[in-house]
Amino acid sequence: MSTQPARPVETHHDTNRGGGPAILGKSVIVKGQIYAREDLTIDGEVEGTVELQEHRLTVGPNGKVAATVKAREVVVLGTLEGNVETRDKIHIRKDAKLVGDIKTARIEIEDGAYFKGNIDIVRTEVKPAAAPKPQPVASVATSAPNAPAAAAAADSKR
Amino acid sequence: MVRAPAAFETRNSNGLSQFCSTLEERPGLSILDFAPASQSTVSFITDYGHRLYSDDFVHQMDQCFGASGDFFENQSNPLLVTRFLETALDFDDQSFDGALVWDSLQFLTPTLLPTVVGRLHRILRPGSSLLSIFHAEERVEEISTFSYRIQDHRTVLMAQRSRRKPAQIFNNRNLEKLFQEFSSVKFFLTRDHLREVIVKR
Repeated sequence: MSTQPARPVETHHDTNRGGGPAILGKSVIVKGQIYAREDLTIDGEVEGTVELQEHRLTVGPNGKVAATVKAREVVVLGTLEGNVETRDKIHIRKDAKLVGDIKTARIEIEDGAYFKGNIDIVRTEVKPAAAPKPQPVASVATSAPNAPAAAAAADSKR
Repeated sequence: MVRAPAAFETRNSNGLSQFCSTLEERPGLSILDFAPASQSTVSFITDYGHRLYSDDFVHQMDQCFGASGDFFENQSNPLLVTRFLETALDFDDQSFDGALVWDSLQFLTPTLLPTVVGRLHRILRPGSSLLSIFHAEERVEEISTFSYRIQDHRTVLMAQRSRRKPAQIFNNRNLEKLFQEFSSVKFFLTRDHLREVIVKR
């Protein structure tokens, strides 16, 4: 199968169908833009752009991707040439080849992988939990369980 | 395809320790690493808040000059040299704050080496450091080439990749001459016949 860059390829997950991610198989060649609202595995060839903002892209062992990639998470087992931006994590597995600049929160590179490019770790700022509002301090005379004793102690200082 | 290196050995490195002192100055530096990409080096550099550019320089040399014919003679072929420089050293001027060159320069011939060192000088910012390692024994046919990883600020993990003929053997004097464009050159001679060199741009 081969598609020309006429319009973006959009994959859509049928929730009734169940099963795993969408798969572009070994014999599939796509030239153009891919947008997906589900996890996607590419085991064929893709040239262009791949965008799966909230999902995971897997470049399978036979996959050859020459594209700009944006995804929540990317796993590379095959070949990927192009810049990659992930919100969460990129995994570059053993025997994978990645040439391009990476912008990610976390990265994992296995021994035996080939990587050429820039690695820019984007730290997601963790907002500190809002400080609890100060509670009004109860006066000893009204709320302390041993108010009489406290009052007595105060009296003794007079 | 790059194979996973065999078992790693650790060694203390004064050169690395000197190099790492510059990493602590401020976050957001750009560091160039010529070793095969590894999790430990990536984590070490990026944990400081720096960017890392990773490329296996020896692998690039093999791809350009080792495909056919003589590896050293090919380094005089203008077409191959142009391709090599475009593939391995095509960066903007002053785009890095530090370079980990490791042992890769030993395999460049006297014709090509000054060009490569000139490029390194150009792509480094003033004040930045370059760490390089050279074999110190003068009468050797072959030397080991290693895969280097940073374990901590003064420990390097090394795994032997192969044994190969060096293009030339260096002593302190010709290393000073090689890096004459840089502002300072500092040597650390180690017990395992390696000369670690820290060069300041």
